[in-house]
This record gives sequence, structure tokens and C-alpha cells, in this order.
Amino acid sequence: VSLVSCWCPGAGQDVGRSCILVSIAGKNVMLDCGMHMGYNDDRRFPDFSYITQNGRLTDFLDCVIISHFHLDHCGALPYFSEMVGYDGPIYMTHPTKAICPILLEDYRKITVDKKGETNFFTSQMIKDCMKKVVAVHLHQTVQVDEELEIKAYYAGHVLGAAMFQIKVGCESVVYTGDYNMTPDRHLGAAWIDKCRPDLLISESTYATTIRDSKRCRERDFLKKVHETVERGGKVLIPVFALGRAQELCILLETFWERMNLKAPIYFSTGLTEKANHYYKLFITWTNQKIRKTFVQRNMFEFKHIKAFDRAFADNPGPMVVFATPGMLHAGQSLQIFRKWAGNEKNMVIMPGYCVQGTVGHKILSGQRKLEMEGRQILEVKMQVEYMSFSAHADAKGIMQLIRQAEPRNVLLVHGEAKKMEFLKQKIEQEFHVSCYMPANGETTTILTNPCIPVDISLGLLKRETAIGPLPDAKKPKLMHGTLLMKDNSFRLVSPEQALKELGLAEHQLRFTCRVHIQDPRKEHETVLRVYNHLKGVLKDYSVQHLPDGSITVESILIQATAHSEDQGTKVLLVSWTYQDEELGSYLTSLLKKGLPQSTP
Amino acid sequence: MAAHLKKRVYEEFTKVVQQQHEDLSTKKLRLTKPSKSAALHVDLCKATSPADALQYLLQFARKPVEVESVEGVVRILLEHYYKENDASVRLKIASLLGLLSKTAGFSPDCIMDDAINTLQNEKSHQVLAQLLDTLLVIGTKLPENPSVRMRLVEVACKHLTDSSHGVRNKCLQLIGCLGPVEKGIAKDAESQAAKDVQKIIGDHFNDQDPRVRTAAIKAMLQLHERGLKLQQAIYSQACKLLADDYEQVRSAAVQLIWVLSQLYPESIVPIPSSNEEIRLVDDAFGKICHMVSDGSWVVRVQAAKLLGSMQQVSSHFLEQTLDKKLMSDLRRKRTAHERAKELYSSGEFSSGRKWGDDAPKEEIDTGAVNLIESGACGAFVHGLEDEMYEVRIAAVEALCMLAQSSPSFAEKCLDFLVDMFNDEIEEVRLQSIHTMRKISNNITLREDQLDTVLAVLEDSSRDIREALHELLCCTNVSTKEGIHLALVELLKNLTKYPTDRESIWKCLKFLGSRHPTLVLPLVPELLSTHPFFDTPEPDMDDPAYIAVLVLIFNAAKSCPTMPALFSDHTFRHYAYLRDSLSHLVPPLRLPGRKLVSSPVSPSITPHEDPSQQFLHQSLERVYNLQHLDPQGVQELLEFTIRDLQRLGELQSELAGMADFTATYLQCQLLLIKALQEKLWNVAAPLYLKQNALASAAAKQILEETYKMEFMYSGVESRQVVIIHHMRLQAKALQLIVTARTTRGVEPLFGMCEKFLQEVDSFQRCFISELPHMQGSFVDKLLDLMPRLVTSKPSEVVKILQTTLRQSTFLHLPLPEQLHRASANIIEPTGESDNPLRFTSGLVVALDVDATLEHVQDPQGTVKVQVLYPDGQAQLIHPKPADFRNPGPGRHRLITQVYLSHTAWTEPCQIEVRLLLAYNSNTSKASTRIPKSTWNESLEALPPSENGIEGTIPFSKPVKVYIMPKPARR
Repeated sequence: VSLVSCWCPGAGQDVGRSCILVSIAGKNVMLDCGMHMGYNDDRRFPDFSYITQNGRLTDFLDCVIISHFHLDHCGALPYFSEMVGYDGPIYMTHPTKAICPILLEDYRKITVDKKGETNFFTSQMIKDCMKKVVAVHLHQTVQVDEELEIKAYYAGHVLGAAMFQIKVGCESVVYTGDYNMTPDRHLGAAWIDKCRPDLLISESTYATTIRDSKRCRERDFLKKVHETVERGGKVLIPVFALGRAQELCILLETFWERMNLKAPIYFSTGLTEKANHYYKLFITWTNQKIRKTFVQRNMFEFKHIKAFDRAFADNPGPMVVFATPGMLHAGQSLQIFRKWAGNEKNMVIMPGYCVQGTVGHKILSGQRKLEMEGRQILEVKMQVEYMSFSAHADAKGIMQLIRQAEPRNVLLVHGEAKKMEFLKQKIEQEFHVSCYMPANGETTTILTNPCIPVDISLGLLKRETAIGPLPDAKKPKLMHGTLLMKDNSFRLVSPEQALKELGLAEHQLRFTCRVHIQDPRKEHETVLRVYNHLKGVLKDYSVQHLPDGSITVESILIQATAHSEDQGTKVLLVSWTYQDEELGSYLTSLLKKGLPQSTP
Repeated sequence: MAAHLKKRVYEEFTKVVQQQHEDLSTKKLRLTKPSKSAALHVDLCKATSPADALQYLLQFARKPVEVESVEGVVRILLEHYYKENDASVRLKIASLLGLLSKTAGFSPDCIMDDAINTLQNEKSHQVLAQLLDTLLVIGTKLPENPSVRMRLVEVACKHLTDSSHGVRNKCLQLIGCLGPVEKGIAKDAESQAAKDVQKIIGDHFNDQDPRVRTAAIKAMLQLHERGLKLQQAIYSQACKLLADDYEQVRSAAVQLIWVLSQLYPESIVPIPSSNEEIRLVDDAFGKICHMVSDGSWVVRVQAAKLLGSMQQVSSHFLEQTLDKKLMSDLRRKRTAHERAKELYSSGEFSSGRKWGDDAPKEEIDTGAVNLIESGACGAFVHGLEDEMYEVRIAAVEALCMLAQSSPSFAEKCLDFLVDMFNDEIEEVRLQSIHTMRKISNNITLREDQLDTVLAVLEDSSRDIREALHELLCCTNVSTKEGIHLALVELLKNLTKYPTDRESIWKCLKFLGSRHPTLVLPLVPELLSTHPFFDTPEPDMDDPAYIAVLVLIFNAAKSCPTMPALFSDHTFRHYAYLRDSLSHLVPPLRLPGRKLVSSPVSPSITPHEDPSQQFLHQSLERVYNLQHLDPQGVQELLEFTIRDLQRLGELQSELAGMADFTATYLQCQLLLIKALQEKLWNVAAPLYLKQNALASAAAKQILEETYKMEFMYSGVESRQVVIIHHMRLQAKALQLIVTARTTRGVEPLFGMCEKFLQEVDSFQRCFISELPHMQGSFVDKLLDLMPRLVTSKPSEVVKILQTTLRQSTFLHLPLPEQLHRASANIIEPTGESDNPLRFTSGLVVALDVDATLEHVQDPQGTVKVQVLYPDGQAQLIHPKPADFRNPGPGRHRLITQVYLSHTAWTEPCQIEVRLLLAYNSNTSKASTRIPKSTWNESLEALPPSENGIEGTIPFSKPVKVYIMPKPARR
């Protein structure tokens, strides 16, 4: 009986600040190291001091694994490695390693340069941190040390997102990170083999949602854009730089291609441009369509989508613009919005959720008159549309993943407590596995039933399988051998070898049993009768009548003497070694039944 | 044993030496053969190391072995097999044994015992597996020998306990292929093992090795294919295999479950963990549906494909496959499809989506939500959203098959199919459009669905657009707004892609004739007429205006009130279009005007149709006039032919029939004319000119008969007889003419003999039809046959001449449907004045786009011919993939033809045309007549000089201007 324990400094019954600490067979692994978007104080990073109390993190942690580049999964990494101090290996996939520093730098810029915070990590720290990163490929088994190995699986969600299997001996944990079970325009669906981990740590953002088909949403989106463009209107799509932006770009690009449309599409320069560059490089991480057609043309080399210049906003005629940020709260997207809002031919499409208080949220809730800074009133005449594009697995998807992986226990993180409760109940009901949902700071301990591999010498194996009936796949086979536990390893050896290795002398153990038989005849006649009887019954064994009046069946000795008091009763002495226990006990029971009456 | 073998080899050798003396011509051929086995023996003895021996064997395997020496070679190989210590050499020998026993004409039963013996002492698992493979080959070569098969199966059963997966694999394969299928044999067999093959195989369903499990399932499927009825008990075992760790096992298990569900659809199986029971086919359906969300895409494809063929499944199970309960935060949400439907039924259409429009409504009881349903829930929803397009295509196909058999399901799956029109992969889009077309008689499109469908009209791929036009041709639209929408979108399409003109017009033709009542209220708007004012007359050459008119005129055909709404110029345009585009514009009964053509539409009552009556009457007239004076007959035939040709031009429905009969009458006319020639009364050499006429007639008749046989689809055996009969007459004529014109009897002998052979084969082929041919040429000829065979050529000719003159004219029965194959080259248009320039010696690709109608098996028969001005002709076989099949009876050829020529001084025109290749071997007669007789008769037929194989041009040639330039130095 062994333990896998799991402690969540973040992401327990919560979204954001993903950070999970798993100890498995004496190894400690940290999964993700994210920040919380909702806080600007110390609470934005997980409380690392709690992990070791005083000691060094490097001594305590065997490795850190980052599932994907979203800041709520990797935002605290430079702080953790450079400011708190961790020098061990950090594992992530190649695309994550490439894109992660861009986002961290952006995050740093906003916090330090715009908000003017001090005591934050620096650009150099990000660089130093990235030097500690080891990049892994999909399905590549990486030995962290002799016992600990990790393996990445495809997770969909964003470019380079991966699920990780952490394995020590035969105990294993799978951490899903964020994943998506339905493919989209640029990424495939998450996939895992039947690895049967002891624990599956799954996100549960959409624990209580079953989503509609993606096609309807895509079709609606395209139709809206198409109609507006045909009318000669302009379409503004506020997006965040990475992830959905690329999906929508691909969507529009292929649509333009298919429908032979000519209106220009622009995306805002800067982050998106940089990110697109990486998308071009990591074609193997995208979906089937892009992978198959990239020989002809890399789908991310957009033909219809060009970089945006501020001056283009005033150009006449239809156009589509992707602009950051996604919630229309600042920056380029807001500037364009102000320019275009007055014309009813134009349209703004919000592809994601908007936080309360932002312009995005206001217009989505139907406000048509906005008060901008400087007491200006902006009248919104343009059409406002909402399209939800999200890349998390829904309840069905989560269940599907659990069915694929067949874990023994499930642990839910990265979601709301109330929703998790529902999913937990469903998982327990459908799969009959126990399910946990620890809160932040809580520790969950899971009992595992590890199998212990034992080496067996080939000679012994062959000798043992040769005995008795042929091996049958359906039945376990009993073998005799000696288990040697020496130098932290287990070996199954033959008794002789074990004695030799341990330097012990061999002792023999014999069982002796007396059986009384009613037989008035002479002793040797009785012996003869017993001999004939046994010979008749035990056809496969060698039964011998020795000249000294005893019988041997294999190595079992049977002697007959007359009872000292009653000459009519003969006493049969049966003696066997403990190796022949089975045959010996069978013989005694046979003799106890008595001899057959009709004897020659 | 070895000595015995050697003896055999030398025996063979000596035998050949003897033959050398006997027959010098075959010496060389025969010499190599036995020396081969001997040489092999020598080589193998020489071989010092296993590697050497292996080399010799490899070399040996490259050369073929004659049937007679196979046995000797096998013996030598076996001898070495026993001596050989190296497993790899033994393996090669074993595989060679298998190869040798495959030799055609060799019966391997003589080596079977030896092959089985080799198994006994073999230790290497690989060699064992290979030997079993050899046994399998031997067994399959001896299908009529149940006892041998039994023995082999027993051997296989014995080795089933082997510890190597490869051996067990092969054993199962062998049992599957050779195991007894009939119950009777199994009972006779003394061996216990062979009694129940199914049980033996079933035991290996849970073997420890996945490869063996797969092989076991495959063996079971093999047994099923060979006709053994599988037991129902296997079902539960197979269900367990669905949860196997390995994809091959799961994939095979899905197949097995499908097979069982087809065998025992109505049996009742219990649902685990409840007391309920359901039909087996429903249960299997649910299980296969479950596999549509399997982890491996191979299994998913397999499962999705098989779903389509499970038509016995209950409808409520079927409808579950499209069901996916949506929820959001534990509250029930409507799907976009449901919302669209609701919008439609509430009368409001095209509302902009609002934030929170899809806000969830009612609360869901948490207990009632089933996240992983045991049943079929949402299988297609998952399948259609799958990551791999292979799965999506399979799902669309399955959807199509199920929808064809269940109208209610068709109605339900519509939304999903419409969604697939926006798939990212073109093949999937195309497939779903085709699917929709196939089920279109079961469905009516709602406006919102139509909207989505029509959006695809702007697709840049021509295949997609044309498929969509095809779909719109047979779609039912529910409202007049729908029709209007469709028209507007089609016109948009027309302006964007003007090349789609024909296809769009055709589409509107059907759209109009299907929905006359819906078009009626739209007419004023479409024609932009005004109650008080005259509107300007639209441009008659505008394709868009023509499109609108096509829609309206076709609707007006069955809506007599519509013409009242037309303005004057519309009537004029009608008359113009009716003439210029008669295939698109139907005849109309217009008030206050002279009827332009036949008043009743022919498609409604074809049998009472006057034109059809006319056709039959004129034919009757011809057939009745057997004994008129020759002049009268000729005139009548000429008139009738003319009438028929005109009729064919006017009535497209009857064109095939009219042309066919006209051709036949033409043949008859030619024959009569030829026989009327005066030359027959005059001494032969004087009338060479007329001879030319008669022989030309004979040649033409031959050509025409080939056309009649191969260019029309729907020709039945009754017609084929008549055609062949006509051909026979032509050949007789040819014979007579040659007899008249040539001096000497020598060449005539051969011709007579050939002709008589042909008569003979005709009799054999069409023996069943002969009673209908009373008084005909062949009937009379057959009566005279005994005389003909014995008489001299000159006499034969004389008899033929009289019979030919006296024979009656055969009545040509008309088939129900007859269509003439036709082709129309759309591209190149032949109008370009710009020559296609290319460097001489290099190749230029010419795009050819053509529509073919009523061509059977175009992949095999249609060829492209390019004629260069220097008379050089080039025949090109288009790739099978270049043919598309947009509708029944129609094909489209889009291909590239590569041209090349040496340099010319100035541009010149080449001709491109399509040819229909025919081959009498694949004659239509052969499909109906037992193969053996036909083949025999063909063997009897010498390859005749007038072309058993040939080509018929069936499209107008198109001229292309090209200019090969001399290469620049």
C-alpha cells in the first residue's frame, strides 16, 4: 500500500493561479505555476513558502511541469524560479517554451511599465528562467531521474498545450492541464491512451455544461461577417493575442478563400504577429486539415489577412479587423470601436466573455449610449454580436477523457466548487471510481495498490512452467521459488540458490502420519495389498515396493507394522517431505478411506 | 529418403535426354527445367554456410518453376529442410514451399503429408508459423477435399497451444479459412477437435496476445463469410472485446458485433444491471454507437461506417443518435437547431443574435442527466464533429443510408447535414451535398436551412457548386420566400461565376416545375411588371433574365393562370427561348396565341402522347408494307426516316427511340437499294461502279449496326438479335458483292467458310430468339444450312442472293427506354483566335471539359481523340478519376489532354473529339447469354477485318488553334 498525495496551492475549486503539488512514491512534482488575474497583491502568486517552510525548493521538488502558455498556468514561473529560487528542471513542450516568454514579457510590461509596480520580476529574470526549461516532444518519455519519468500527450486547447503523465515505478498520475475534446479550426482534440493512472487530475471549467456543436457557431459567425462585408460595412473583432485569434483568423481565411471574397482582413500588429510566426513553425501541433495541406500552403501564411496600420481604420469600403484587447477596455480595439461605432452598417463581434465594467460588457448588455472619458457621449449605432468560442472540454468531454484513460481515482481542479460537486457525483456514479475536489491549500491523499516487479531467473521460470499442465492464459500459475529481498531489489530464485547466496544449510522437514487399517492378515500381505491398491489408483506416479517391506510413492515412504495391542489392526506409517505436501496429504486421505474389499 | 529423392531427380533428368532425341524443337525449353531442380540440389549441397544456402534459395525464388517440375523441387527442398540447422534457411524453404504450391496447375496433395511431417520436429516458432502458412496455401488449393481440410484443421488445433503468438495467429487463420462450414461434415469427422470450430476459435477471444485475439475474431468473420452461421452465444463474448486495450481487436470486434446483429436482429438480450430486455440489433446498435467516440480513429471510422447498414434498428434508437441534451450551469439549453426551428415557427426570421439569446432556461434535475449514455445518444453528433475527416465522411455516409430508409430520420438529420456544408474539408462538404440530394425526396427544407444551403453557392470550387445545383433540382421548398431566396442566390452565383450558366438554368427549370404555386405570386415582381405603367423591355441576352424566364415558364407549364400575368414582350421572349433553348423551356398553352408546338406536355402521359403514337404508327406502316413494289417501299422508308429524324429533334424524350428506329430503317433502305441494283442481272466485271455502291452500302450498314448496338443505353436482347441479324445480312451482301467482282474461287472459299461460321455462331447465341424470326433471312438460311455446307462457293452465293431478296423485313420491337449516348464538349469552346503557343517537343496541357449522357461505364469506353492537321491521330484514355457522376445517366469528364508536336511555321487547328470504344467481346449480348457459349462462339469467330473492336465518334469535334514554336537556342 502506497500513497499519492496532492496539494493545491492554487486552482483548487477555483479558476486561475493553477498550481498543484503531487508527491508520488517519494517524488515531488509541481504541476503548473500560474498567476491569478483577479488580484494585484501577493495573492496573485501561489504561496510557495508553504511548500518547504524553510528549506530550499530545489531540494524538495524533483521537477516542475508547465502544461501550456496561458498566464494562469505559467505566470508565476519567473517569480518562482528566480525570486523564490528554484534551480531544478522545468518541463514544457516546444511551442509552450517558444511562446511563454513573449506572454510573460507582455505581462511584465503591463504590470511594471503601465501600473508602475516594483518588486516584480525583470526581463532578465524571464530569460534566466527560460534557460532552466527542458522542452519535450509529444509522447516522448523523459526520465527526470532514475525512477521518475514524464510523458506528454496532446491536449488541444491552445498551441502546445499538453497533458502530462508522471510515473514512478508503476504508480502514475496524469495531469490534464486545460484541454479540449472537440477539434476546432486550428487544433485537434485531446487524446490519451488507456494508461490507467492511479490518479487523473482534470480541469473542470465546464463541469456543468454540455455544449452545442461548434459548426452552428462558426456558421453564424461567418454569416454575420459575410453579410456585413457585402453591405459594405466594417467588422471589428476584439480578441486577445493568442489562441482564439488564430482560430478565427483561420476560419475567416478559409472562408474568404472558399467564397472568393476580396474585402481586406487585418490583424493588429505586435503580439499577434509574433505569435502567428510561431504558429507557422509548429504545424505538427495543429489539426488534421492544416497538417495535411501545409505541403501546398501553410495555413498560417495568411493570404487575405494583413497587418493593420492605424491609418487603415479610416479607409472607405468594407474590411474586417482583429484588434487587441478582447474586452474593448483599452488600446487599439477601443480606438477603432470609437471610430466605427456611429455607422449602423458596421458590426462588432465579441468572441469571448467580457468582465463587468468594460466597454465590451456594456455594449453586450445592450447599452447604446456610452460615456467615454472627457464626458463625451458615444452613441453606438453599429451592430453588436456575441459569439462564444471557448476551448475547454465540456462535461461530456471530461467524461470521455476519463473513459479513455481509465484512472483509478479522479481529482478535479480548475473550476467552481458548486459545478465540481455535480461532476464529481456523476463520475462516481458512472465509473465507480472515487473522485476528489480539494480546495486551495487542502491535501488529498490517495491509497494506491502498487504492483511490485520481481526478477525471476530464466532457468527457474522455464523449469517451473515445464511442470504440470501446459500454461493456460486464463488461469494464474502457481510457482515455487524463494523471494530474495536484497539491496533494494526483489528476486525470485530457486531454493538451492537462495540457500547458497544466503549461506544457509538446508534443513529437511518431514511430516509423518499414522493410519490405522483393519486387516487381519500378515503384515507383508497388508503391504502387498496397499501396494496393489496404490498402484491401481496412482497410475501416473512411480509406486515401488522395496525389499525391506516398505512402499515408496515418489519420495513418500509407507511402512506397515502390526498394532502392538490388536493384531487385526495394522498401522501404516506415512512420511513425506514438505515439498510433497500435496501428494502426501492426498495419500493419507486415500489410505484413511481404507482398502478395497475385493482383493485377490 | 534422400537416396530416393536423388533418384527422382536423375530420373527426370534422363527422361529429358530422351526427349531431346525425340523433339529437337522443344529441346532448349525443356532442358532448363529439370536441370533447375538438379542445379538447386547441387547448389544447396555446395553451400558451406547458412548464408550461402540462403543466397541460393533467394536466387532460386526469383525464377519461375514449371508445373511439371514443382514436385521434384519440393522434394529437394524438403530434404534440405531436414538437414538444415539454421532456422532462417528453414524459414525460407518453408516460404518457398508455399510459393511453389501456389503454382497454377499443380495439385499440392502429393506434398501435403511431407509438409505436415515437417511440423512435428520443428522448434523455431517463426518456421512453424511459416509452415502453417504453407499448409494454408495447400489447403486453399484443394477446396474439394474435405478430408484434407479436416486433417489440416486438426494439425492447426494441435498447435494452438504454442507459446508464440505468430504460430497461434496462423493456426487461427488456417482454421478460419479451412474449418468445416457444413454441420454434416463435422459430425462425420472422428476428431474431437474439429467438431466445433466456433468454440475453438471462441476460446481464443481472450488470449493474452492482442494479435491472437484479432486473428481469432478475423477467423470467426472468415467462417461467417464462408457461410457458417455463427452462434448467438458469441455475442456476449464479442461485447467484452469492445473494451479491449488494443485498437485492432476493437475494430474487429465491432465488425463481429455487426455481423451478429444482422444474423439475429430480433433475438432478445438482457440489459445488464436491470431487468429489462431489448432486441439484439438495438443493443448492438447502441454498442457500435458507443464506439463512435472511441479513442482510436480507425475504430471510429469502422463503427461509423457500419452504423449505416443497420437498418433494422428501432426508430427511437435511431433518433437518439442525433440527440444531445445541452446544458449550461445545470440548466437546460436549447441547441442552435432548436432555436432556429422555433424562430421559424414563430414567424420571425433572421433576428440578430443578442447577448444571452441562448441563455439557459429551465433547471435540470441533476440526477436525470446522463453524461455517458449507454445507448446510442448523440453518436452522430460526435461522429460529425470528429477530428478526422475520414470519420466525418463515414458518418455522413451512414447518415445517408439510414435516412434513405427512414423518412422521419431524414427529417431529423437535416439540420446536421446542412451544418456539414460548412466543413473545412471539401470532400466532406461534397459528400454531404450528395447525401442531401439522395434523401431529398423525403425532406422539405425550411427557410433557415435553405439559407445555409444557398450560402454555399458562392464556394469557389466548381464541384461543390454543381453538386449544389444538382441538389436544388430535386429539393422541396416550403415557401415562396424560399423560392425567391433561391433565385436571388442563384443569380448572385451567376454573376460571380458566369461559367455556371447552363447548370443554373437547368436548376431553375426544375425548381420552377416543382413549385408552380410558389412561383405564381412572385411573377409580377420577377418580371417587374406594373399594373399601370409599361416597364422597359429587359435585355434578351442577359443570362440572368433568361434564368428568371426559365423559372417562370417551367412553373407556368402546370399553372395555366400564370400567362395572364405576362406582358407582351414576355410572350415574344417565350417564342424565342422556346426555339433557342428548347431543352429548358417547355411548350406552353398560351391564351390568344397559336400553339407553338404540341399542346399537351409529353412527360405526364407518355403512352397517350400523340408523338409516341405517331412513332408507332409510322413504324406499323413500314412493317405492314412488305409486298409493295420496290419503288414504293423505298419511298415510304425514306419518308419515314425523315419523319422520325424530325420527331427526334422535336421531342427530346423520344429522340433515342426515333434515332434508333431511323437508323434501323436506314439500314433496311440501304439493303433494299443495294439489292435493287441492276448489276445483279448483268455480268459482273462490267459494273464495277455499281459494285462500289453496293459494297459501300454493306460497309455502312455494318457501321450503323455497331452504332445501334453500342451507342444506345437500354437496348435489350430482342433488339440485339435484330441488330446482329442486320449485320449478318450486310455480311452476306458483302460476300455476294465480292463473289461478283473477284475472279477465281480461291479467296471465296475462305469467305464462305467464315460466313457460315458466323451464321452458326449467330444460331448458337440467339437460339432462344429464333422462333420470333419466322421468314427472316437467317430463318431461311438455317433451313438451307445442310445444303450450304456442302455446296461450292458459287452456289452458296447464289443461294444467299435469292434468300436475301426473298427474306422479309424484321419487325424491330422497341424497348421501354432508349437513350442515345451523346457527348458535348464544353471546353475548349473552339472559338478562340489566340493560338495556344508552346515550344515544340515539349508538352502542353489542354483542359477538356465535357458532359456525357447515357454512357454506360464511361471509365472504360470513353476516349479522347486528337487529330493533327497532318492526319496524325492520337487516342487518349482519360483517368477513371476524371469522370464525375453528377446524376443518374450523366457523367462529366474533366481532364487534361497533353499535346505535343514538332514545330510549325504558322498556327493551325487540331480537332478534339470524344470516341466511344466498343468491343464485341463485351457486347451487351454477352451479359444475357450464358458466358460459355458466347466465349466458344467468339473463339470460333476469327478476328474479322471489319473490326470487332472499334470506336464510334459521338461528339462534335472541336477545333483548337495551336502553335508549336521551334525551340529557342
